[in-house]
Amino acid sequence: MSWPNISELVAKFNNGEISAEENVLKALELIEKNNKYNAIISINTDAAIAKAREIDQRRKSGENIGRLAGVPYIAKDNFLTKELKTTAASNMLKDYQANYQSTAIKLLEEQGAIMVAKANLDAFAHGTSTENSDFFTTANPIDMEYVAGGSSGGSAAAVALDMAPFALGSDTGGSIRLPASFCGIVGFKPTYGTVSRSGVVAMASSLDVVGVLTKNVSDAAIVQEVMTAVDPLDSTTFELEDKNFSELDNQDKKYRFGLIKEHIEGEIDPNIKAGILNMVEKLKSEGHQVEEVSIPDLPLALAVYYIVCPAEVASNLSRYDGIRYGHSTDQSNDLEEYYLNSRSEGFGAEAKRRIMIGTHVLSSGYFDAYYNKAQTVRTSLINQFNDAFTNVDFLIGPTSPSTAFKVGEKSKDPLAMYLMDIMTVATNLVGIPAISIPAGESNGLPYGLQIMANLRHDHDLFKVSKILEDIK
Amino acid sequence: MDKKLSTEDVSKLAKLARLKLTDQEKEKYANELSGILDYVELLSKVDVGDLKPTHQVTGLKNVMREDEIIDYGYDVKSLMNNVKEEKDGYIKVKRMIG
Repeated sequence: MSWPNISELVAKFNNGEISAEENVLKALELIEKNNKYNAIISINTDAAIAKAREIDQRRKSGENIGRLAGVPYIAKDNFLTKELKTTAASNMLKDYQANYQSTAIKLLEEQGAIMVAKANLDAFAHGTSTENSDFFTTANPIDMEYVAGGSSGGSAAAVALDMAPFALGSDTGGSIRLPASFCGIVGFKPTYGTVSRSGVVAMASSLDVVGVLTKNVSDAAIVQEVMTAVDPLDSTTFELEDKNFSELDNQDKKYRFGLIKEHIEGEIDPNIKAGILNMVEKLKSEGHQVEEVSIPDLPLALAVYYIVCPAEVASNLSRYDGIRYGHSTDQSNDLEEYYLNSRSEGFGAEAKRRIMIGTHVLSSGYFDAYYNKAQTVRTSLINQFNDAFTNVDFLIGPTSPSTAFKVGEKSKDPLAMYLMDIMTVATNLVGIPAISIPAGESNGLPYGLQIMANLRHDHDLFKVSKILEDIK
Repeated sequence: MDKKLSTEDVSKLAKLARLKLTDQEKEKYANELSGILDYVELLSKVDVGDLKPTHQVTGLKNVMREDEIIDYGYDVKSLMNNVKEEKDGYIKVKRMIG
């Protein structure tokens, strides 16, 4: 019941071998069948079937539908959609019905993709396991006792379980790459500013990017290419010179790789370390150069992240006052109490934690010591990455220090949960693109290889990921 | 070592952030938030010399557009669907001045 590559699926649709309706029905069947994994928040049954039939009709009348013609997909439930509610897996937005589409979704649908469902996440994308979802925890597709990772855990599990050929995710500190690593699939985080965040529930605006989760590199390249565009509705977007991501031919070029010293020598599952070093050997035997590269400030990245991110979270979540949209309390005597109760009832524990940390680091008296200091170390980190990329084309290392952990294992300790992102957060602070591709298994659970490229080198990153996927 | 945040500090933060916490929650958050602040303390020892802070990474500045109305097709009625209380096309809120 697995899916062919997206390009193959579209070719089959175009030559009439398979209909969009068949694709959608298959996706819906697999969603239903895998209900027990709790990957999905809402299902788009009627609208998806209707859209598939319309697309099938248009194809029969000779119309060219587009690059994702008849391809079903799943959106993380922090992407605004007209067809389904957008909850961000939070009680705050559990009844929220958007009246416009996010730009990413609009671009996909213009190319004939069909949204079949919306996936679970940590509420407001705050977390590394979906255990912070206000609704339920997504189980790992390989072993249900383990987490699927987060925050895009529902998206990752859905793709691993073949519910659709691709799922959308957002990545603020690792939220696409970590669940991809835990579920044994591909997760891509683009250069900051290449995909519009208009209509994506904001988490930390200087870090948030829109990316994709798939079974293979070429599928990720096609989907990401479709979404990459300047959008007047997101003033941080810019024109990427080279966005022909899906051109992955001419793969005989030899590259220089830097194995990140701080990641491979850190506290890490020995099986993961051995697996990554094994891939390094294979790269060398294929004629690529690999050298160890040090980024001395990398061990500070998580501390920087846990100041910058909550500061921006506190700011972005201040809009939830229960008045224009979002949860509103039934218990209040005056406006002040209305705010207090609406927010306290609507936000879960992790959102409250981040709001308060953010409020603290931004408050007068602490602003310089925490927030400004963190943003300055961020500059240092950016400089060190720039230096590294003058000597190598790509940086590689593990995506996470361990494979998936057990449900409940870390939920009592927020800091232990944060530490899962220790290898992914730096790229968001620096803005560079990164991908996690399946690299092997440790004790039966998958782990990923993370590859990073310099700013705007997203196409090169796809090319080299394809090479690594093939030699594995 | 003293905790970075007392329950009184947490009460103050909660008030600034418009959150209402129970005494039990204040206790819990004082511990958890102090733990997180202890961790980020490792930045205090870093010498950043004369580096400037980075607030965004694109280098874009003052992104402008023509001052003209663009019709995105939003209709007011559907925008108001998420509002709890509405009267004559306006959002009804609690009294602000006593």
